[in-house]
Amino acid sequence: MSDWWSMGGYGAYVWSSFGIAAVVLVWNMLWPYVQLRQLRRRLRQEEEQV
Amino acid sequence: MLIRWFHQLGSPPYFQSLARRLSPWLAVPAVLLTAWGFYAGLVHAPPDYQQGDAFRIIYVHVPAAWLSLFVYTGMAVAGAVALVWRMKVAEAFVIAAAPIGASFTFLALVTGSIWGKPMWGTWWVWDARLTSELILLFLYLGVMALENAIEEPRSAARAASLLAIVGVVNVPIIHYSVEWWNTLHQGPTVTRFDAPAIEWSMLLPLLVSALGFTLLFAWLVLVRMRVVLLRREAGSRWVREWLQNP
Repeated sequence: MSDWWSMGGYGAYVWSSFGIAAVVLVWNMLWPYVQLRQLRRRLRQEEEQV
Repeated sequence: MLIRWFHQLGSPPYFQSLARRLSPWLAVPAVLLTAWGFYAGLVHAPPDYQQGDAFRIIYVHVPAAWLSLFVYTGMAVAGAVALVWRMKVAEAFVIAAAPIGASFTFLALVTGSIWGKPMWGTWWVWDARLTSELILLFLYLGVMALENAIEEPRSAARAASLLAIVGVVNVPIIHYSVEWWNTLHQGPTVTRFDAPAIEWSMLLPLLVSALGFTLLFAWLVLVRMRVVLLRREAGSRWVREWLQNP
C-alpha cells in the first residue's frame, strides 16, 4: 500500500497532477451551477421591483 | 427535417428545454467514466518500462490536451455558424466553451510541466509543442477578454467568434508540432495509423478518461450556454416562465 502511494519515487509528481486535475474538474462542475443560481436570484429580484 | 431541427435548435427556449433534459444523461456517465479512468490508470495499469510510475500522469495530461484542441475547434466551427447565420445558440457556444477550454489547456500545461520535471529534468522548455499550447491558452483568454470588453452582447459575441476562427490555425500547428520540429515532447502514441504504440491495459484507462472528459465538456458547456442565453434574453417570455417554474 505505501508502495502504491510512493509511486516508485514519483509520488509527488503523480499525486500533484491528479490533485490539480480534481480541483480543475470540480471547479468546472460547480461554477456554472453557482452562476445559474445567482442569475435566477437576480432576475427574480428585478421582476419583483417592476 | 434536418433544416427544421437546425431552426428549432437555434431557438433559445427550445435549446433550454433540450439542454435541461440532456444534462443528467451526460453528467452521470461523465463523472463515472472519468473516475474509473483515473482509478484504473492509478491502480490497474502496469508501470511503464522506461518511465516507471511517472507515466501515470498521462491519464490527466493527454485527455486535457486532447480536449483543449477539440474544444477550440468546436468554438471555431460554432464561430463560423454564428457569423454566417447569426445564430444566438452558436454565439452562446463560443462564449460558454472558452472558459472550459481554457481550464483544460491550463491543466494540460501544468501536468505536462510536472511530468517534464522528472523525465526531462526541467519544468519548461520553449519548444514547439509547449509554446504552441501556451499560445492556445492565450487565445482562449483572448476570446474571453474580448467578449467581456465589448458592452453590446451581439457585437461582443461576433468579435469573440472572429477571434475563435482566426486562432484555429494554431490547432494543426500544435498537433503536428512534434513531427515538424525537433522537440523534447514525445511523438504520438495513440493516434497512429498502425497499431498504437501502447499496451491495451495502459490504453483503455486513457480512452475511458478521455471519453469522460468529453462528456464532462458536453454537459458543462450546455449549462454555461443556458446561463449565457438566460442572461441575454432576460425579460422575454420564456425566461419569465423559467423563473416561475425552474
